Amino acid sequence: MTTPGMVLHFSVEGGDFAAAGEAASKIKKALRKIGIDAGVIRRVAIAAYEAEMNIVLHARRGRMTLEVAEDKLRVIAEDEGPGIADVDQAMQEGFSTASDLAREMGFGAGMGLPNMKKCSDTITIETVKDRGTKVIMDFNHR
Amino acid sequence: MNLKEVLEKTEARMITGESETDRECRGFYVSDLLSDVMGNAGEGEVWLTIQTHSNVVAVALLLNLAAVLFTAGAEPDATTIEKARAEGVVLLATALPTFEAAGRLYRALMEEK
Ligand SMILES: Nc1ncnc2c1ncn2[C@@H]1O[C@H](COP(=O)(O)OP(=O)(O)OP(=O)(O)O)[C@@H](O)[C@H]1O
Ligand SMILES: [Mg+2]
Repeated sequence: MTTPGMVLHFSVEGGDFAAAGEAASKIKKALRKIGIDAGVIRRVAIAAYEAEMNIVLHARRGRMTLEVAEDKLRVIAEDEGPGIADVDQAMQEGFSTASDLAREMGFGAGMGLPNMKKCSDTITIETVKDRGTKVIMDFNHR
Repeated sequence: MNLKEVLEKTEARMITGESETDRECRGFYVSDLLSDVMGNAGEGEVWLTIQTHSNVVAVALLLNLAAVLFTAGAEPDATTIEKARAEGVVLLATALPTFEAAGRLYRALMEEK
């Protein structure tokens, strides 16, 4: 990846459902402002939203980063939290450890990570038990 | 079909977006699971759901949905309405059960073709 031309950070609080989605929404607005293709923005918005929601649903706190390079967009979601015990299992559609409260709200379909995988060109997950998780997603544009 | 027709067919009322009755809707999606909507609803579609919390607005905004139609008498709270107004997301509500609302819209869509 070439040197990023623009870098934006957004903090995300675990359990803060009221603010959930704001980081993804700001990322979307920033990309629109710099004239990124609408289809690419849509993919980034969906993936960023799911990554942000996973911090809200499963971690204590975290940070979202958007890096814009000439040919690539990168979204990084890193958190302090429980980590993911089995990444392959977590990537499977339908797998979820979401709380009952979250499920009542319509979260916990176990489709967030599959959506992130579908929407990004590459996804890398680094996770350490009881420490946290870092998800890096790249999107080619132009 | 535009939102005015959606309102008529489902006997719905407009909670926000009063000036948007001409807005075209390209289709419909019915689900109460947010990630399912995120992964499968298309741009410009109307989303039928009984979920009423403010994350619904975030999803509608990120996907550029034409509107959210709350079914089965589900009523959004003040926070949801406020957020929708601020972000320009159209909210509609009907007392019809989800099946009935979706059925009427499906029939109308087929008659259009
Ligand atoms: N940042 C994270 N920290 C800890 N665990 C995570 C994190 N992200 C995902 N997981 C684990 O992976 C599982 C699957 O995640 P995924 O996003 O696919 O589904 P979900 O968040 O449970 O439900 P949905 O996204 O459909 O609302 C989660 O239930 C959780 O156990
Ligand atoms: Mg998720």
